[in-house]
Amino acid sequence: MTAPAAHARFRFAVIVFPGSNCDVDAHRALGEVLGQDVEYVRHDAGDLDGYDAVILPGGFSYGDALRAGAIAALSPVMAAVERFASAGGPVLGICNGFQILCEAGLLPGALHRNRDLKFRCHDVFVRVEAGRTPFTWGIEPGTVLRMPIAHGEGCYTAPPEVLEELERRGQVVFRYVDAAGRRGGDANPNGSAHDIAGICNEAGNVVGLMPHPERCVERLIGGEDGRRVLGAAVRWLAARRELVTGGR
Amino acid sequence: MDAEAARAAPAARWERVGLTEDEYRRLVDLLGREPNDLELEMVGVMWSEHCSYKSSKVHLRRLPSEGPQVLMGPGENAGVLDLGDGTAVALRCESHNHPSAVEPVQGAATGVGGILRDIFTVGARPIALLDSLRFGPPERERNRYLLGGVVSGIAGYGNPVGVPTVGGEVYFEDCYADNPLVNVMAVGVLPRDRIVRGRAEGVGNPVFVVGARTGRDGIHGASLLASREFDQQAEDLRPEVQVGDPFLEKLLIEACLELTAGDAVVGVNDLGAAGLTSACSETASRAGQGIEIDVARVPRREPGMTPDEVMLSESQERMLIIARAGREDEVRRVFTRWGLEAAEIGRVTGDGMFRVRDGDRVVAELPARILTEQAPVYRRPAAPPADLEERWRLPRLEEPGPGDTAHWTAALERLLGSPNLCSRRWIWQQYDYQVRTNTVVVPGADAAVLRVPGSRKGIALAVDGNGRLAWLDPDRGARLIVAEAARNVACTGARPLGLTNCLNFASPERPETMWAFSAVIDGMAEAARALGTPVTGGNVSFYNETMGRGVYPTPVVGMLGVIDDLEKVVTPGFKAEGDALVLLGAPAAGLAGSEYLKVVHGLVRGRPPLVDLDLERRLIDLLVEAAAAGLLRSAHDLSDGGAAVALAEACFAAEPGAAGAEVALPEAGSAAEVLFGEGPSRVLVSTAPGDLQRLLDLAGRLAVPAAVIGAAGGGRLRIRIGGALAVDAEVQRLHRPWSEAMARWMA
Repeated sequence: MTAPAAHARFRFAVIVFPGSNCDVDAHRALGEVLGQDVEYVRHDAGDLDGYDAVILPGGFSYGDALRAGAIAALSPVMAAVERFASAGGPVLGICNGFQILCEAGLLPGALHRNRDLKFRCHDVFVRVEAGRTPFTWGIEPGTVLRMPIAHGEGCYTAPPEVLEELERRGQVVFRYVDAAGRRGGDANPNGSAHDIAGICNEAGNVVGLMPHPERCVERLIGGEDGRRVLGAAVRWLAARRELVTGGR
Repeated sequence: MDAEAARAAPAARWERVGLTEDEYRRLVDLLGREPNDLELEMVGVMWSEHCSYKSSKVHLRRLPSEGPQVLMGPGENAGVLDLGDGTAVALRCESHNHPSAVEPVQGAATGVGGILRDIFTVGARPIALLDSLRFGPPERERNRYLLGGVVSGIAGYGNPVGVPTVGGEVYFEDCYADNPLVNVMAVGVLPRDRIVRGRAEGVGNPVFVVGARTGRDGIHGASLLASREFDQQAEDLRPEVQVGDPFLEKLLIEACLELTAGDAVVGVNDLGAAGLTSACSETASRAGQGIEIDVARVPRREPGMTPDEVMLSESQERMLIIARAGREDEVRRVFTRWGLEAAEIGRVTGDGMFRVRDGDRVVAELPARILTEQAPVYRRPAAPPADLEERWRLPRLEEPGPGDTAHWTAALERLLGSPNLCSRRWIWQQYDYQVRTNTVVVPGADAAVLRVPGSRKGIALAVDGNGRLAWLDPDRGARLIVAEAARNVACTGARPLGLTNCLNFASPERPETMWAFSAVIDGMAEAARALGTPVTGGNVSFYNETMGRGVYPTPVVGMLGVIDDLEKVVTPGFKAEGDALVLLGAPAAGLAGSEYLKVVHGLVRGRPPLVDLDLERRLIDLLVEAAAAGLLRSAHDLSDGGAAVALAEACFAAEPGAAGAEVALPEAGSAAEVLFGEGPSRVLVSTAPGDLQRLLDLAGRLAVPAAVIGAAGGGRLRIRIGGALAVDAEVQRLHRPWSEAMARWMA
């Protein structure tokens, strides 16, 4: 693959549901820090035409009424997200965005309350397990990233056969580990099955994760490992464009 | 009706609304007639201690509130300070003590909601929350229940609303067992020329109530819950506590800030204590205008509510907006876009009257000023407590010499695992302290540091309020608290700019309380003036007592500092093995009011020292200059637990490989005083060996004592006093009791 197009610019949509509160963080990370074109798209928007990638940010959409993500999954914009995803467009759900993707059926499984029933805000280590998604593109599997979590309902759960299938098809994208990359001990902060921190759909273009890459894109604030996740999407989009245009 | 019933009947009238007979007479005089029932209810709540500050007003005037950096001082919804580059910061601190005692989760949650509304009311985007909490000892189950409930209430509101909780403090003392304190501070940012005031300006301008619908909740919260001491019936007041909805508040923040960014609005006020009654009368009175509203137009949660209920409801997540005439549709459009209701309920009038209609019928009509400026003001009797000198008497302590390493090491371990000194991680890990990605220094340091959106500068924030010191000597205690807050902020490299406060006291009807209150104001005024940190506003909470047992006088100070270069921020942990450790400031400290005395000897005794404010100011200058020059690798205030605890904490927060310290402390007193003595103007810093001389030169130039005490690293904490080895332990071993204590009780 050619060197990542450092100056490649793409159009990112950050979806804003009532109660989203990490929308500004995703906007800042992609826009100010990574130099991409970013726009907020409201929950009642009907289409996502013209965007290269879609971010479902963290927060408490609809105040977590019913279940986290349950109401947002029914928003008009989610039909557009579904069309965007089925056309192969990269979609990233962070924290509440991950919950919404699961509720909307774009990703399998569900996120239950944390094992200790408490909201937890601290840094975790995750190991990149699958490098084929747009958001891990070019990151060597086995790479350990440090990112913050901030959630009360991040315990990933799915029926045993679904978990098995996720593993078999390489849909587990991030797994909680310790700093040295080992599973077990206190590494898993919320009791997630198989230490799952993030997964993708079968095609690999829709990714959801509980940690917040958009909160760690600057040395001064939270470190820079999240830049690799968001930056991967830029490289992936650049590579796709190259493929389509033949490098012209 | 018999004679006795006839005498009792009128008495019930004022007592029912919490007024005294004298106050009722005053009202009749001002009004020139007897008030009707609704008017009496309105006056009752507005003349309550909580709303009128009637016992504190004469004292609060003595606080310095002016300075070139103060853009808006006391009297508005929040104070506003100038960062000097076109950006301003709004700050306010408020108590929610009684509601939290009655129902900890919702009491604390609505405390967060209320203080956030004060911030976006002035047009500022909330960017940070801090909490100052007090509970009874964690050994008792009820105190643990209250702590757990308050923390989950703060998390349950602050996290969803999307404002990071970046810092705070918590103390456990017997006196707070029946009266926990829950003080919440909020900080927001706005362009300096966009401050919104709580004024009903412009005759004919429309008045809107926006946000949540009005329900029957919280009626009499201000007068009955917040302005009386507790008795055995306190539990019955649980229905008076409101229930918060952070989702609604999040929408309200976005809608209000969108609206106030334009010019359709002339004034905004939140609906807090005393609801519509307070918001309408205060906005009218501040503007010198009148206001007329129709309760029939106020959206309600349920049918059949009376005008009294609508006027006194303390339903959460509501705001009063005074718009420009002709811009009504714009107001409605913005709120509709955010899925919120905006109801036009009245107009600004020119007659100074607060007129309440229920459809065509006028149900209350009285000068707005009667409710606000003309509330009674008391200079209540004040007298020092009879046992004051007894409190100051320190008994002789039988203790071993500094060479008893096992004794002093065990004492340090015990202190590190004690309620007031152990790690607070169990608490702050439940708060989202990072949302909006501005948090540069996260909880656990001397002060939180935030990037300020729209500015190149950063701010540092700390809350402090050691009630034990104020109980022992309120004047000196208040000075110590202000000095510590300023020092905490300066430890990050920030220059203290101004403060807000929350003054928690027992019943003002007891002379002892008012004596302490007055002395606290004097001490706070003196320290704030000397350190150049004006008091931008705050909150007074009286009646923190149950069945005659009051809390310690607990003045909580929320300090804001400004930092020019965020790359130069300093944190408490050691950074590299071999870095020189320097004790800056006062070399000695005593045991008065110390954690050591409390934990090891079970004593709350001694007269706290009189802080040398001139030295404190020079020390702050030194910290700010040294940080800006890049001379400080770490800085940590020596406060609760003294030098030994500060050294241990700097080891716990150390970078990998830098933990541990080999130090010799100056032999200034007994071993206990040297290790655990608590006094002001003392900071532990580390510096690269190559920068040591420059740091010492700078300290010399600013006339701040500086003692090189040792070096960082090595994995062990070893403290010598005059050649004797007093403390010697693996950092790991000291870390365990400190890090595990709170999680263990709360399990």
